[in-house]
Amino acid sequence: MDAKIVILGGGVGGTLAANLLVDALGDAATVTVVDPTGMHAYQPGFLYVALGQANGRWLARDERTLLHKRVDLVIETAERVDPGTRTVRFASGGSIAYDYLVLATGARLVPEQIPGFIGAGQEFYSLTGALRLREELRRFRGGRVLVGVAGIPYKCPPAPVEFTLLLEEQLRHRGLRQRSEVTLLSPLNRAFTVESASKLVQPIMEKRGIKLSTFFNVEAVDPTKGTVTSIEGEEAEYDLLVLVPPHRGQSVIEASGLGDEGGWVPTDRNTLQHRTYDRIFAMGDATDLPISKSGSTAHFEAPIVASRIVSLVKGTAPKASYEGRVMCFLETGDRRATTLRFDYTHPPVPPRPSMVWHAAKWMFNRMYWHTVPQGRVP
Amino acid sequence: MTLTETEVTKTIDARGMACPGPLMTLIGAIRAGAVGDTFAVLSSDAGSKTDIPAWVAKARHELVQTVPADGYSTFIVRKAR
Amino acid sequence: MTRVLEAVHQLDVKGLQCPMPIVKTAKAMKELVSGDLIHVFATDPGSVKDFAAWSKATGNELLESSAIDGVFRFVLRKR
Repeated sequence: MDAKIVILGGGVGGTLAANLLVDALGDAATVTVVDPTGMHAYQPGFLYVALGQANGRWLARDERTLLHKRVDLVIETAERVDPGTRTVRFASGGSIAYDYLVLATGARLVPEQIPGFIGAGQEFYSLTGALRLREELRRFRGGRVLVGVAGIPYKCPPAPVEFTLLLEEQLRHRGLRQRSEVTLLSPLNRAFTVESASKLVQPIMEKRGIKLSTFFNVEAVDPTKGTVTSIEGEEAEYDLLVLVPPHRGQSVIEASGLGDEGGWVPTDRNTLQHRTYDRIFAMGDATDLPISKSGSTAHFEAPIVASRIVSLVKGTAPKASYEGRVMCFLETGDRRATTLRFDYTHPPVPPRPSMVWHAAKWMFNRMYWHTVPQGRVP
Repeated sequence: MTLTETEVTKTIDARGMACPGPLMTLIGAIRAGAVGDTFAVLSSDAGSKTDIPAWVAKARHELVQTVPADGYSTFIVRKAR
Repeated sequence: MTRVLEAVHQLDVKGLQCPMPIVKTAKAMKELVSGDLIHVFATDPGSVKDFAAWSKATGNELLESSAIDGVFRFVLRKR
């Protein structure tokens, strides 16, 4: 009798976990990925789309092509999980039973939570938003650009900084820089979350005349006045506003009572188990862990989740432990980038931005489809 | 002896978590919370000793208590408005 | 002859997980006057290092750190 393993979400975490599980368990388990669209998107690409540096063709692929043939793919929207009966109900009415469940459901954007955002603010966190912003930038003839953050937590902490640096460079190349003012509204008292990386980036910003507003957490947008206000009580004027939208956990997590007040899954930082239900694991953006919401986090968590489930199926004591490993790039413009590599016991020591890291990032962008979901990048 | 207990609404264990960091996580928790909610943030980051009080003051919330421990500190912050 | 008695306070934080044992102790300490003692009973194993560190950081002397049957007892004197 084989174990039934169900994975909600066919993103990088879910796909990789599924492939690792069938590889290790063979006939001992049935592994099913449940995904609402059956399309796997490469989200780091959206930033480049917004800047007109990439098009949509390499950004999404059929999930089926990324999964081992032994993995079942069910294209359904999971509506509710019942941990008591160990069943997942679909919006269409069907259901699936599980022995072990992996929540790899990611995050959803909720721009509607910010008054005035929709229609007035731009975002590059969805493909539609990135395409719309690209067109807005094409029409842009100069003015005050504000890049800010309208909710915490959010995916990819480097993104607002990267966008600001790359946009400023684009404005220079287009001859619009003299007519423009570029400001990064940072939630913290520095440009970026990691202090050592902030120390690399702030001098670059200063040199390029990019302004930094600190402790500015966007609360609301006033489209008629063309202003954005912060929870700290300040206001700033814009001609072009680009914001990271607020994020929440997926509806199925909230509807099932599996999440906290933000819809994030309460997760053990090492075992990646749900803190209440030991047959449920969570990974990637879906967890409540105060670590980076980054593709690399899901990438490094997947082998831990897979290994622990394999142990449980085989009846041995699970040993694998997630030690907080994350790896991100941070593009600084001028064809340069730095890299952030860290875990729970080793803080990041980002190197001086160089062309080597920018090239590495672009190689990753291109090679992703052939390597990461299949488990070819350790 | 009578004690007035601080009811901690939520504990955020951000020890060893460099990014987005204890302060960012606290800001998110305060945004999502109700007035009066109290958060205990555990941070092993030395910068938190200045960063957290600085933001709490600017955002006009209350830093109830700072408690040093072994390799980390705990900051008790109340959402005041 | 006047005898000055130090007040001895007790604090039960059994079952509470880090950081609560030390948070509650720090709060309780505010009620004490210099020289008073407090006996704290905890079950969280991390408390041992936490109380040692807190004592060192705050100058409240840790007179005893012991355990019986899984219950830790810390005796501290307010500075």
